[in-house]
Amino acid sequence: MTVFADGWEAVIGLEIHVQLSTKTKMFCGCAVTFGEPPNTHVCPVCLGHPGVLPVINEKAVEYATLIALALNCRIPPRTVFHRKNYFYPDLPKAYQISQYDQPLGVDGHLEVELDDGSRFRVGITRVHMEEDAGKLIHAGGATGRIDGADYSLVDFNRGGTPLVEIVTEPDLRTPEQARVFLTQLRSLIQQLGVSDVNMEEGSLRCDANVSVRRPGAPFGTKTELKNMNSFRYLQRGLEAEIERQIALLQVGEVVVQETVHFDPASGTVSVLRSKEEAHDYRYFPEPDLPPIELDEAYVERLRASLPELPAARKKRLLEQYGLPAKDATTLAFNKLLGDYFEALAQATGDARTAANWVLGELSGYLNAAGLEVTQCPVSVERLAELIGLVQKGTISGKMAKEVFAEMAVTGKAAASIVQERGLTQISDAGELEAIVARVVAANPGPAEEFRQGREKVLAFFVGQVMKETRGQANPQVVNELLRQHLGSQGG
Amino acid sequence: MISRQEVEYVARLARLHFEEEELTRLQQELGKIIEYVHQLSELDLSGLEPTSHAVPLKNVLRPDEPVPGLSQAEAIANGPAVEEGQFVVPRIG
Amino acid sequence: MVVDVTRLTAYDCRELLTSGQVSAVELTQAYLDRIAAVDDQVKAYLRVDAQGALAAAAAVDAKPLAERAPWEGVPIALKDILCTKGMETTCASRILKGYLPPYDATAVAKLREAGLIFLGKLNMDEFAMGSSTENSAFQVTRNPWDLERVPGGSSGGSAACVAAAEAPWALGTDTGGSIRQPASLCGVVGLKPTYGAVSRYGLIAFASSLDQIGPLTRNVRDAAALLDLIAGRDPRDSTSLGLPEPVGVPHREDLKGLRFGIIKELAGEVCEPGVRGVFAQAVRTMEALGAICEEVSLPSVERGLAAYYIIAPSEASSNLARFDGVRYGHRAAHSPDLYEMYVRTRSEGFGPEVKRRIMIGTYALSAGYYDAYYAQAQRTRTLIIREFAEAFGRFDFLISPTSPTVAFKVGERTADPLAMYRSDLCTIPVNLAALPGISLPAGFSAGLPVGLQIVGPHFSERTLLDAAYAVEQALRVEVVAPLQGAPGGPAKPVAPGGPGTPVGPAGREGAA
Repeated sequence: MTVFADGWEAVIGLEIHVQLSTKTKMFCGCAVTFGEPPNTHVCPVCLGHPGVLPVINEKAVEYATLIALALNCRIPPRTVFHRKNYFYPDLPKAYQISQYDQPLGVDGHLEVELDDGSRFRVGITRVHMEEDAGKLIHAGGATGRIDGADYSLVDFNRGGTPLVEIVTEPDLRTPEQARVFLTQLRSLIQQLGVSDVNMEEGSLRCDANVSVRRPGAPFGTKTELKNMNSFRYLQRGLEAEIERQIALLQVGEVVVQETVHFDPASGTVSVLRSKEEAHDYRYFPEPDLPPIELDEAYVERLRASLPELPAARKKRLLEQYGLPAKDATTLAFNKLLGDYFEALAQATGDARTAANWVLGELSGYLNAAGLEVTQCPVSVERLAELIGLVQKGTISGKMAKEVFAEMAVTGKAAASIVQERGLTQISDAGELEAIVARVVAANPGPAEEFRQGREKVLAFFVGQVMKETRGQANPQVVNELLRQHLGSQGG
Repeated sequence: MISRQEVEYVARLARLHFEEEELTRLQQELGKIIEYVHQLSELDLSGLEPTSHAVPLKNVLRPDEPVPGLSQAEAIANGPAVEEGQFVVPRIG
Repeated sequence: MVVDVTRLTAYDCRELLTSGQVSAVELTQAYLDRIAAVDDQVKAYLRVDAQGALAAAAAVDAKPLAERAPWEGVPIALKDILCTKGMETTCASRILKGYLPPYDATAVAKLREAGLIFLGKLNMDEFAMGSSTENSAFQVTRNPWDLERVPGGSSGGSAACVAAAEAPWALGTDTGGSIRQPASLCGVVGLKPTYGAVSRYGLIAFASSLDQIGPLTRNVRDAAALLDLIAGRDPRDSTSLGLPEPVGVPHREDLKGLRFGIIKELAGEVCEPGVRGVFAQAVRTMEALGAICEEVSLPSVERGLAAYYIIAPSEASSNLARFDGVRYGHRAAHSPDLYEMYVRTRSEGFGPEVKRRIMIGTYALSAGYYDAYYAQAQRTRTLIIREFAEAFGRFDFLISPTSPTVAFKVGERTADPLAMYRSDLCTIPVNLAALPGISLPAGFSAGLPVGLQIVGPHFSERTLLDAAYAVEQALRVEVVAPLQGAPGGPAKPVAPGGPGTPVGPAGREGAA
């Protein structure tokens, strides 16, 4: 659904900043850290002292190039850093070393798949490298926000951290598309191992350029929407801004090109009124840094080192394991979950069951506990062992879920739990025969109903047998025995 | 010639303040200098690449290995105003 | 032993120390005494570190001779644009008053490592912007040959210091001529190395694509030695390359087989008659040594001045933006908000010339003007580089007077910035092309020093200094201004002989 109220269409482009997980900063040897005491990971270079000079981090170039390649960008033969000049306290040199008209990668794209299986392509205008600013804390006011603060405090630990900026073409048409795009972009970058891409921690940041128009009309005036620091806020923020623009245009007013700020608490967007006129950044090539010319051999070596990316993985999962499309999508676009699944599928020899477990119980548990796949307390081997017990008939599928829950909490192996709690499934017909007979005899009414043709009543009997056996009876065997007993008495 | 508005705009960009008489004088001086350097725009240099780097260097990179920096005390030592290890700046808004 | 510092080159100092004739403390003390005697008048020093220097000298003396590095114990003074760890570094600006760098510039660290004794920091035009040292926020340095006149700039303090024998040698920096022009006006040797030969890490930036650190010395051999001490590729400076080989000790005796191109546009009417006269005489001397000197035209040099006055201020406007009162240096008191703090801090802290150049640079880079000014200036630069390259296809070296005039009077040019800018006409193109250039004392005009500039191809320092040495030996010009200063007594310059006459020195250069 790409058309809003009264036939308006939204046009969205995203500007994404990714903090690279290099050991050191973009232009100096200070460690990249998070949550450390202020100004403890700084040096004269990243403090912008007089006389200092930047030196490019080779790993940052490598990581940025991997991102550009994964996004199908062309890598021009020469790339240059520029100075972007403006005054702000978190910018120690009063310029940011960034890239302007000769960025690292251009003309890329990313194919994105929605849940319903439909796909769309988002153009990537450019991928470039730059350095992060320091951190400002606004003090003295009530809210910790900039308005109303008496003064501010600056910490430069973050200053100089390598960033990659990704700019998309205005190809997105709905907030949902934007959210899905960002989600899939995030998982792509995660697979490259070049960033934590964590929106809450700030290693993934996203601003949007939004406008509305009648379908087919030229693009409307766009605004810049900032401060969306979760996927949910991104979608909500876009929805709010699109509504705001439509509302303006419907009463004959104009959309002004300005920056708008999303407030998650109220769910509204507001215009940032600032004293500053539009920034005149006075870009010029950074004289302290010679250009970078990546030769073909280097680029091809990196391209060859790219891991299997989501689209390709999905295709393979479909072919190799015969999974349903929706499952394949989820597993392809969540690298770690997909890794877990494949290991489990190999270990158990049953891809479908493995997928059901991974996407069902396992994901359910991780989400509820707020854990990442890497923190999962149940290893592939342990879960494979559990599944093996079900495959052998030692326990029922239903019982396995309970066992799994206990495995997650106690860290014990399935076999131990089954043994300790005496959960071994009773499959022996001889053992169950007596119980079935007793249950049937005790419930003549329902037994008669069953014989009359009410199949559903069987469940009642199964339930009774389960009660008697504390859930350990093998359901298939119980089913068979019940039918025999119920049927036989009828003659 | 450079207009008064342009001088004021540039001064704001550069975060400099000038008194009225200074602005007038600056307008004249800048005007003369700009007129002088303007001679370059008459040259047809379209065939030439701008030289941004006089030395023929490229791909100057450093390994991604940490190097000891400054302690917090050293970092804030020259700070005109500091609080709890951070630099204090007046109200931004 | 009474050390007469007016007679000592750096090599002489080294000889005195290594032969055991003089201790490092005695030598340092002799320079401190000289500073005390004459610096009231010359005002070359912003800051003398007597305590630190004597302590460092004592540490040298504590080492047995056999364990010392070759230059250990020789004093030196540094332009106050070079970061010296823990020692105030101001660039002669109020905005950096009280600034204590937390690190040494690489060139400084190398000298410290080599055991040289830092006597103090030298005056300069604020942020290296100027050609007379009158733009210093703190004091005006005087030319030791005539105290009513400027020493040139921006390394005026460095040139005056050496000319007054207040240090055996000094470091300066050159962006558009700031080593060579004051060297010329003060009658000492000044060398701007090839861009990239010396690390810029710790050199407080004025124009990043033009700045270089270089020696100011009494003679060419000292310049060669000091260059070898500071040159080298530095991993902290991505634009540094070092020298392909050490310069060593220049020793050339004649100029046979060498072709020198006289830059027509810089050696003619643009220079005053007295300067032209000394220059012509120097060319005859060179020819007598076997040099072939011919005129060569570099039509773009005039445009070089225009290009420079776009490129340098543009880069400077960006480099000086970090002086915002947040992390170091001056901060205006009682500012109601950030914007006011920025504006007041910078308006209070910068002098008028610095502000003027920041304005030019900001304008040239601002929206709509970049291509017409900055990009066009950089294309002009390409043209100039080409013209020099062509000239070096025909000549080994290029020569011109270093400065169109001799030292002018204090206050004479401060009213007209464009007039001041023209002082650098002969030197600027060399920076734009990143070439090495040296100024040697060539003689006197109206009692004031005149410099000869020799320019070489990129990284030709060894052959350049070799040729310069031969010229110097033949010209035999007195370097140290005859300031009379006994401790406690007034300093009075004694004018040497008539116009255009090189003064034969009472003691030969280089002799201890």
